[in-house]
Amino acid sequence: MADDLIARVELRAARGTRRSAELSLDAGAFPIAVLFGPSGAGKSTLLRCLAGLDRPSAGIVSWRGRPWFDATTWVPPQRRDVGFVAQHGALFPHLDVAANVAFGLDALSPSERSRRVDECVARFELGALRHRAPSTLSGGERQRVALARAIARRPSLLLLDEPFSALDHPTRSALRADLRRWVRELSLPTLLVTHDPSEAMAIGDSLAVLDAGRVRQSGPVGEVFERPRDAATARILGVDTLVRATVLRATEGGAVLLAGGRELAASAPVGVTGAVRVCVRAEDVALLARDPGGGRNGAPGRVLRVEDEGAFTVVALDCGYPLLARMPRRVFRALGLGEGDAVFAAIDEGAAWVVEEG
Amino acid sequence: MDWTALALSLRLAAVTTVILLALSLPLAWWLATTRWRWRHVVDALVAMPMLLPPTVLGYYLLIALGPRSPVGALLLRLTGESLPFTFPGLVVGSVLYSLPFAVQPMRASFARVDRELLEAAWCLGADRARTFVRVVLPLSRAGVVAAAVLTFVHTLGEFGVVLMLGGNLPGRTRTVSVAIYDQVQSLDYAAANRTAGVLVALSFALLALTYRAQREGAFRWPTT
Repeated sequence: MADDLIARVELRAARGTRRSAELSLDAGAFPIAVLFGPSGAGKSTLLRCLAGLDRPSAGIVSWRGRPWFDATTWVPPQRRDVGFVAQHGALFPHLDVAANVAFGLDALSPSERSRRVDECVARFELGALRHRAPSTLSGGERQRVALARAIARRPSLLLLDEPFSALDHPTRSALRADLRRWVRELSLPTLLVTHDPSEAMAIGDSLAVLDAGRVRQSGPVGEVFERPRDAATARILGVDTLVRATVLRATEGGAVLLAGGRELAASAPVGVTGAVRVCVRAEDVALLARDPGGGRNGAPGRVLRVEDEGAFTVVALDCGYPLLARMPRRVFRALGLGEGDAVFAAIDEGAAWVVEEG
Repeated sequence: MDWTALALSLRLAAVTTVILLALSLPLAWWLATTRWRWRHVVDALVAMPMLLPPTVLGYYLLIALGPRSPVGALLLRLTGESLPFTFPGLVVGSVLYSLPFAVQPMRASFARVDRELLEAAWCLGADRARTFVRVVLPLSRAGVVAAAVLTFVHTLGEFGVVLMLGGNLPGRTRTVSVAIYDQVQSLDYAAANRTAGVLVALSFALLALTYRAQREGAFRWPTT
């Protein structure tokens, strides 16, 4: 399938250095494609080049077959028909909420424009804010207005640069849910940049993991999160434990490995051999007071450290390799464990998976 | 009290302010946003009239606009008139003399407009001109008003440039400050006192009104 979105850019930075970044997404990546990666990976660079706010020194940028930038083409941001929302919304401080929403609607006739503003005010639940100045709005309200202003134009592509990162947690999750609804209702292709894994999970349909300007892995959000392709991607995606192991033998859909001097079963790609890493998320490790026997997958170990993380407890274990387990605080308390105690860490075979070293 | 001279000074200040506003809006915007490597040269040129003795500026203008310079000769051929010792000549001198007072307040307030707002406007389809009119100007209103008032008051009080370039022709080039000089030269201290008093009172009133309006936010745009 032809790619809907192509951005392969090189930019000249300070003192003659060059940065480059590339991304391509097919139609299946939308409605909400998430571009995820650590800071400095080039996410904002790509987004700004797509919006036309930065001009690459070389490369190509195109959307649905229409070139926006190449050796002979430069389409300025005004004629790209994109919506762009930055971290702090950038509302015009001298205009009230309704005038901000109407700013991009010059092409409409006055009556159509006021109808569109009314419709947006209703859709984005801005009725009570309609005549307020931006300086009197909360952070969440501001971002809601900024999204309304960008979407009011019905752009062909919506670009969001960490739009929720400055908001507190409850506001953030409410606005995320709203955004998903609006984007679906208007079937508006959206590319959202974030460095927050839970945000990527909560909002994305597809995910592209960017590292040092290159996409390491892309696909449906759940698939990428559950099965990072290699150890570096797993680290970026916040996998808690990457155990060094050696493949002993292949099984159906998996492998038996030697890790920390004991056997461990995990799912694995076909044909994997030699030195590998086993990914284990801390939520997928269950602690048992003693080895249940019967060949239960896992490893005996010792509690090194216990840390509270709000409603959850994180337990650092030594099982011949370091391993993290995360569980509700109540569950941990019921085990009656303390630092130094012996314990059995049970890991479902399906929850651990093998990736190449790298 | 020389009312003709005062009227001439007010007219000169008004014409100069209008011309300088039109000239300085694009120049100040360019200076506030350009990344051209030689922009400091333009910055220095714009600031020069503030530090140069007005007589020096007036002297060079007199030479440059006089019929024996190429520029002056060309002007003479085009208009049939030589600029020195005329009102248009005074306008040219005043525009240069007050240039920094118009450019610098505007430039400072343009530079304070957050770039994110410009980018937001571009992505909402506004071209550069529309962005300037609908976003930059409203947010820089205080700077533009300050530029206008400073230019007006500064021109009202100019002396050296006027004297060198305009001389002292009543009703044509004799401004209020030249009139005061005249009155003092002829030892008419009472008249000099009255004229100077009017000039001080006028300038003070203009500045005080402007500062008060600034404080009360009158130059901020309404939000609709």
